[in-house]
Amino acid sequence: MKFRTLIACLTALVAGLFALSLVTGVAPVGPGESYAALLRDDGGPLTMVMREIRLPRAILAVMIGVSLGLSGAAMQGFLRNPLAEPGLIGVSSSAALGAVLALQTGFAAAFALALPVAALVGAGIGVALILFLAGPGGGAFTLILAGIALSALTGALTSLVLNLSPNPFAANEIVFWMMGSLADRSFDHVWMALPVMAVGWLALARTGRGLEALTLGEDAAASMGFDLSRLRLILLGGVAASVGAATAVAGAIGFVGLVVPHLLRPLVGGRPSRLLLASALGGAALVLAADVAVRMVLPGRDLKLGVLMALVGAPVFLHLIWRRRGQS
Amino acid sequence: MPARLLHLARRRICTAFCAVLISAPAFADAPRRVVSINLCTDQLAMLLAAPGQLISVSHLAQDPRSSVMVDAARAYPANRALAEEVYLMNPDLVLAGSFTARATVSMLQRLGIPVATFPPAASLADVRQGMQEMGAVLGRDRAAAAMLARFDAGLAQMGDADPDHGPTAATYAANGYTPGANSLSGDIIRAAGFRHLATELGLTHGGFLPLEALILAAPDLVVVGETYPGNSRAEEILSHPALTQLRGGRETLEDRDWVCGLPGVVDAVTRMRAARDAIGSAP
Repeated sequence: MKFRTLIACLTALVAGLFALSLVTGVAPVGPGESYAALLRDDGGPLTMVMREIRLPRAILAVMIGVSLGLSGAAMQGFLRNPLAEPGLIGVSSSAALGAVLALQTGFAAAFALALPVAALVGAGIGVALILFLAGPGGGAFTLILAGIALSALTGALTSLVLNLSPNPFAANEIVFWMMGSLADRSFDHVWMALPVMAVGWLALARTGRGLEALTLGEDAAASMGFDLSRLRLILLGGVAASVGAATAVAGAIGFVGLVVPHLLRPLVGGRPSRLLLASALGGAALVLAADVAVRMVLPGRDLKLGVLMALVGAPVFLHLIWRRRGQS
Repeated sequence: MPARLLHLARRRICTAFCAVLISAPAFADAPRRVVSINLCTDQLAMLLAAPGQLISVSHLAQDPRSSVMVDAARAYPANRALAEEVYLMNPDLVLAGSFTARATVSMLQRLGIPVATFPPAASLADVRQGMQEMGAVLGRDRAAAAMLARFDAGLAQMGDADPDHGPTAATYAANGYTPGANSLSGDIIRAAGFRHLATELGLTHGGFLPLEALILAAPDLVVVGETYPGNSRAEEILSHPALTQLRGGRETLEDRDWVCGLPGVVDAVTRMRAARDAIGSAP
């Protein structure tokens, strides 16, 4: 398939799922009526539901999908390891720890972007630890081990902070921070996450050429004039901003960055720079589809996105491990 | 624990327990060392007990988030509803809720201490009954009768409100929980002259109402509580723009104002009636 055709198909898929997401909800209202209420303010409650509840939810699904797909593709390109995924290697749970700390200490209310920035710092520390522990020379085994250790530590600390909270509801929200959900998010969350995410997207988009060069090996890339430590820094910042902002508003959603690049890699001829754009769109489609599915499976009950993602993602993960096992 | 307790008290889990169950040897004279281990019995006992009769209340009665009688409760030593500490206070009567501290209650009964259990009030009629029964077990029937007369007078003063044709009101709490009509808050809403939204939507016994469903039902009044300190996503729903922009009114009633069957629930009815009068009589 030609790259342009692929991008066009993925864009159409995202648009279709976005439209479907807008008409998925507990209220028994037809699609035509819903779209009409979205476009024209009739002063009724349906307009409020469409504009204030469903529209921000669909927009957030796209933003989070783009962030996670892009981050997965970039990290896999840099580490040349298809298992490097923010959720699996503890970057998302580091971001969740940063967000939970900010929320429970009151730092999140300090200034407008405090919450996503705190999650960014958490995610940044996570990425830095992973790159340090399992750099390009470390191999898949070290990467996964480092990821397990980081996930376990940050997950435990998140639980601890939530259990220490004076709020009696906080401890029940461990599941949200580990599994992720888009239920009842509002435009407040969109405006809070968007600036930080956009910075992350721009940074990751700039890693394309460096990642292409890296496919030839580090020495070859260096001899072509690519500054690898600079590339690493841009990647770190980009992933931290994207995953941090996504996790701050929707919790840690795993497997998006694993499944999407895995499916799309053959379709882009294995080229990392093309995989970035394709994975961004693919991630958006996957998160939108999962968010529609959780509302259809259990309407009004807030089934967590991570449940569906793990059902889809874990088999892909096992398949990847199986294939690598054959190689070694 | 307060949230769990409030939750239990608010939900009418069982209506079969409407009679006060008094175990162990019946007491001929009025008890002289009474310990209360439940938020609602704490407050009712403080209002009705003779001076010196009540010797301890639960720590929840001293918590401003759950109790309306914090200052009065501070005059008593607090307990945490543990069998050991209650037993060592050497009580001749323990007051408990029917659904809270079950292990403590059964332990005290095994140790031979009389325990009077009170079910959570699920209606204004239950509130009246609770007062009478508390008066009976404390040997303070006359004080209870006087309290009851004031309570009835307070309700009668407001007059009938024709709740079947009133505006709609919904209570909305963390996680989108809304109590049903078979709850004290539901009965207070009705007594104030509102139709109860949860009932109209089929949630007679309460339940979780998605925000979308609440907005589409467009209630004339939404009653929300105060939020706890510290952040929780469960309570974030209460500040969702779609909820704060609802065209209907918004009233804040804290859990403590109407979670227990106390004489003070008359004030809750009065406030809700004022909110109803402000709305006028809708269709």
